[in-house]
Amino acid sequence: MSGRTLRRSAGDTGPAVEPRTVAETVVDPELPVLTLADLGVLRDVRREHDGTVVVELTPTYSGCPAMGVMRADLLHALHDAGFDRVDVRTVLSPAWSTDWITDEGRRKLAQAGIAPPGAAPQRLPGPVPLDLGPSRRAAACPLCGSPDTEEVSEFGATACTALRRCRECREPFEHVKEI
Amino acid sequence: MGHQETVYDALTAAHGDEARWAFGTGFDDPLAGVDATVPDAVDPADLGAYCLMLGDDALVLGQRLTEWITRAPELEEEVALANIALDLLGQARLLLSRAGSAGVLGRSRERAGPGVPDEDALAYFRDPDEFRCSALVTAPDGDFAHVVVRLLVAATWRLALAARLRTSRDPVLAAVAAKAVPELTYHRDHAARWVLRLGDGTAESHRRARTAADAVWPLTADLFTATPVERRLADAGVGIDPAELRDEVRGVLTQVLTRATLAVPAWPADAPPRGRAGEHGPELTVLLDRLQDVARAHPGATW
Repeated sequence: MSGRTLRRSAGDTGPAVEPRTVAETVVDPELPVLTLADLGVLRDVRREHDGTVVVELTPTYSGCPAMGVMRADLLHALHDAGFDRVDVRTVLSPAWSTDWITDEGRRKLAQAGIAPPGAAPQRLPGPVPLDLGPSRRAAACPLCGSPDTEEVSEFGATACTALRRCRECREPFEHVKEI
Repeated sequence: MGHQETVYDALTAAHGDEARWAFGTGFDDPLAGVDATVPDAVDPADLGAYCLMLGDDALVLGQRLTEWITRAPELEEEVALANIALDLLGQARLLLSRAGSAGVLGRSRERAGPGVPDEDALAYFRDPDEFRCSALVTAPDGDFAHVVVRLLVAATWRLALAARLRTSRDPVLAAVAAKAVPELTYHRDHAARWVLRLGDGTAESHRRARTAADAVWPLTADLFTATPVERRLADAGVGIDPAELRDEVRGVLTQVLTRATLAVPAWPADAPPRGRAGEHGPELTVLLDRLQDVARAHPGATW
């Protein structure tokens, strides 16, 4: 213990890079072509007065198994960038919507052969009307571009995708379903 | 194919570290960082008991659905049932964690031992008489028609409830409900389309769907009877009196069965909610034996 006041230079207050920039590079473990920023699950990244980086993260689906991985990856990425104190908080409200996937995210999805979602259904108060008809969702084939596609199943390999087939090129593909 | 390779290339490139695939019992707290304050003038024990009822319904129905993986009529349907079960498991995790944060852990805490999160203590270390799920979800399945008819009834009830809970005075319950509404809409409409397909299909599928409806309808008897906890929470603007759901649920179910050319069975008279009091048939014991076996044999284990 020297007893002298530890003086920090102006450049010594933490990593030069913004924590938001670091957090935005972390990818979704199930759709790794998307960053968490593209997916719209990163609700806030800020530095508190004591230097703690607070990241607010929202789950896509209640049971999304990727949440824990996203949290761990954010912690690792920010620690590696030199942020020692990181607090990743879950934010449940407002609930995530596919409308929050950015234009850049939609472009990357299509490029990876996954049809991006259309507009999410409106969230209205009151009873949710029953929909007994065949799915009215439309998605152009991300492989050949044909609009002539059909839904095989509303539930696909991950919580957020449906399974479709192109009638033109006959290839199956995934579609991020609107929610 | 070229596009598909891009996805998987990215997966292996970005996922070199071993920590990423460490799924197992070592889940994070699903409510990490969420403010757990209980609203004014609400008994935390009531809020916790309510979260247990709704969490147990989701946990047990989810477990019932996973019993159909490898047994559903088509591969796509197995994926669908697994997805629905996963949504329900997610809802259960949030609700059981909320029950734990409200202090409603009972003897599960000491049985589980230290290091086991509240949600796991509640899911794996309660005995059948400590579960608060309704008879609708505990009943064993018959055939696939029974699966979709029961799912239709359960999802219709739960969606009607969740839509109302979006304005709960408890911000956590309101947020969990708001997330659940779009999920449950998918579940209900998926089940409804199957009931249509079976009811308005062949003579055999019609017969099976009718038999399933006859078996499931009596299980709705206690769905609209409030427990004292639900009455108190409804008065406090936190919970919903399930009697309020009766007309909407019956209306939706009648609409689906009618479209499916199925006779709507007689509605049973209201009955006391025995499941909410921990009174269950032996089928819940069998289900929980399977659900809890590994966690109880190796408490605190992760893999």
